[in-house]
Amino acid sequence: MVISLTGNPNCGKTTLFNHLTGSNQYVGNWPGVTIEKKEGLIRGKRDLTLQDLPGVYSLSPYTPEEVITRDYLTKEQPDVILNVVDASNLERNLFLTLQLLELGLPVVIALNMMDLVRKSGDTIDTGKLSQELGCPVVEISALKGEGTEELLKAFSAARDSHQETPECFSGEVLDSLQAIEALLSSRVSNDLLRYHAVKLLEGDVKVQEALALPDEITVQVTSITQDLEDRMEDDGESLITQQRYELIQQLSEAVHKKARATGKMNLSDRIDSIVTHRLLALPIFALVMFLLYFISVTTIGTMVTDFTNDTLFSDWIAVPARAFLESVKVASWLIGLVVDGIIAGVGAVLGFVPQMLMLFFLLGLLEDVGYLARVAFIMDRVFRRFGLSGKSFIPMLIGSGCSVPGIMASRTIEREQDRRMTIITTSFIPCSAKMPIIALFAGALYGNSGWVAALAYFIGVLAVVLSGIILRKTKRFAGEAAPFVMELPPYHLPRLVNILRAAWERGWSFIKRAGSVILISSVVLWFLQAFGVADGRLMMVSDNNTSLLALIGGLVAPVFAPLGFGTWQSAVATFTGLIAKENVVGTFGVLYGFAEVAEDGAEIWARIAADFTSLSGASFILFNLLCVPCFAAVGAIRREMNSAPWTAFALVYQTVFAWFISFMVYQLGTLMQTQSLTTGGILALLCFAAFLFLLFRPRSQPRHPALNMAKAR
Amino acid sequence: MKTLDQAAVGSRVTVKRLHGERALKRRIMEMGLTKGAEIFVRKLAPLGDPMELTVRGYELTLRKAEAALVEIE
Repeated sequence: MVISLTGNPNCGKTTLFNHLTGSNQYVGNWPGVTIEKKEGLIRGKRDLTLQDLPGVYSLSPYTPEEVITRDYLTKEQPDVILNVVDASNLERNLFLTLQLLELGLPVVIALNMMDLVRKSGDTIDTGKLSQELGCPVVEISALKGEGTEELLKAFSAARDSHQETPECFSGEVLDSLQAIEALLSSRVSNDLLRYHAVKLLEGDVKVQEALALPDEITVQVTSITQDLEDRMEDDGESLITQQRYELIQQLSEAVHKKARATGKMNLSDRIDSIVTHRLLALPIFALVMFLLYFISVTTIGTMVTDFTNDTLFSDWIAVPARAFLESVKVASWLIGLVVDGIIAGVGAVLGFVPQMLMLFFLLGLLEDVGYLARVAFIMDRVFRRFGLSGKSFIPMLIGSGCSVPGIMASRTIEREQDRRMTIITTSFIPCSAKMPIIALFAGALYGNSGWVAALAYFIGVLAVVLSGIILRKTKRFAGEAAPFVMELPPYHLPRLVNILRAAWERGWSFIKRAGSVILISSVVLWFLQAFGVADGRLMMVSDNNTSLLALIGGLVAPVFAPLGFGTWQSAVATFTGLIAKENVVGTFGVLYGFAEVAEDGAEIWARIAADFTSLSGASFILFNLLCVPCFAAVGAIRREMNSAPWTAFALVYQTVFAWFISFMVYQLGTLMQTQSLTTGGILALLCFAAFLFLLFRPRSQPRHPALNMAKAR
Repeated sequence: MKTLDQAAVGSRVTVKRLHGERALKRRIMEMGLTKGAEIFVRKLAPLGDPMELTVRGYELTLRKAEAALVEIE
């Protein structure tokens, strides 16, 4: 038996899913759209499959999640719909319930968070609710695992029963619906008659297309709708929504007895009055951010990462592995491949996992207690100024740890344009893997000053802002900032199991990538820098200046010459940065002939100082910060864009943007230093003028004035 | 015509009608701001926008630009 789990976002669906399935679950992808669908077997009931559908507020045709949910439910037809309803937010949750009841499938309602309702002194008459809705209602507490036995019993009972759908509509709206139903009766099954009639009255284009009605029926439906809209002086969609909520209000008044006078402050309200206080909100926000990074990046995270890099992968794995391979007389090239290629390459990336897990854990904690929604609330005003919403802040925050989960977090942004823009710009924020590059150049060229790192973050934010403004003025991204309609969930104590599970899932997907893409690219890179053409044949070379990598680097280097770093080493380092940004430092180490360098590359500072000026160093940092992120992040971009042209656009935009910024900085800096105008200087001035034009030109008119609207999460 | 963005913090108002483009209007209604719904205006964000409302027993945040589409009485 297949059971589909549906409900509003934040109603406890995931907690219930985890509780019911235990560890018997896997994460899959929906075809076509990149929204994760989870599926699992219910613990102890091998014949019950539970599917976790995306959290939605409605079954409207306006957001991808909603369309997927309703298409899935109407086409795949699960045996039972399990609708999780947050009892502490009954009215809005029932709005989805009424729509689910129209789908002609057995529905079981799990009334979650009843403990909260009872605690506040309220009561909900579940028997009456069940009677009014015509489907079983089971009180549960997903958190404490209460009520699951009853739930399991309700599934089999519901499958074999016929449920009577409550009548939501009345008066002229009902008359019009019945008239449309009469027209459709021979074309759709009885169970789905009401659903289709409602969708047609609402003017739902997607359903109209799917039904493919003959013209004469379409004309009649249109005239019925038009007639109703004229008489009621409102559109069909509004009338339907209106009547549903009227029924819900009656229902709620009948079953929900409130003890507390509305408007009285509870604990969550009191916390909120401090956290989003007019004066305190921003200082608290700054403090939270500081603690987040202090814990995950600079203290605990770094300690664990250093241990992984220096002790685990070096002393405990690489050194014994080399000793073992030497003792069994393995060919030296194979030792090089295994130790310098595979172990070093994969180890360098895996070294970041503890730091990432720490950051994911803390962000998960903030999300779970309800603070991240408040961050969006506090920061929205700032982000809207350059065409993003407060919700774009969260991907960027996560992106400062690692772009991959940052890009993945953009999924909560509803409007496609805004989501795409956030995906493109998230990797401008320096991730933790870019910090070693900054440390290397800060040490070699800028007296090791700490402000270089601070400046890098500032430049990252500036790049986001400038790109936001520039892109917003192009046709593709034109239009007003997306509407911001979001639920602010009540604060609650964190659920550690959920947070740990989520952090581990994110970390694990990263580890899997490290095991595949990064493993292969490490091997390829090792091969290219260890082998070269000498005496007319391919062989291992000891001087990597004669390696294949040097050859390739030399071909690409001219592209970077206008940016001030046209050596083959810089070109190669930039390329290896695509595998993982922290590779850049190691690559310089290898290319300058040092087998092993510290994370900040202290051994090669002198060589860097000889090859770079302070200006070309700045240009190199800028380019590496802003250009295409590592392959893992490119994979994430591809997945979230779900479109090859858009992925290509993102990568080209990032690279072109990085190239021109570095070009302008280097050439205009040179111009200021030497006081003489060269061709490069003139071109840079022209670029600068073009850049200003893109920034300050008037907005382009949107191609589609009717824009998709927001679903909140 | 009085709209929600003009409502004072701490005031209780009732929705009279919704305006604006279809998808947006529908989303605002789906979140519970339908005709006759009571709204308590809780607060404004520290930078003056968006606003936080209590509607149908939960907290909802809307920008003033969206609130301007909600006609109240």
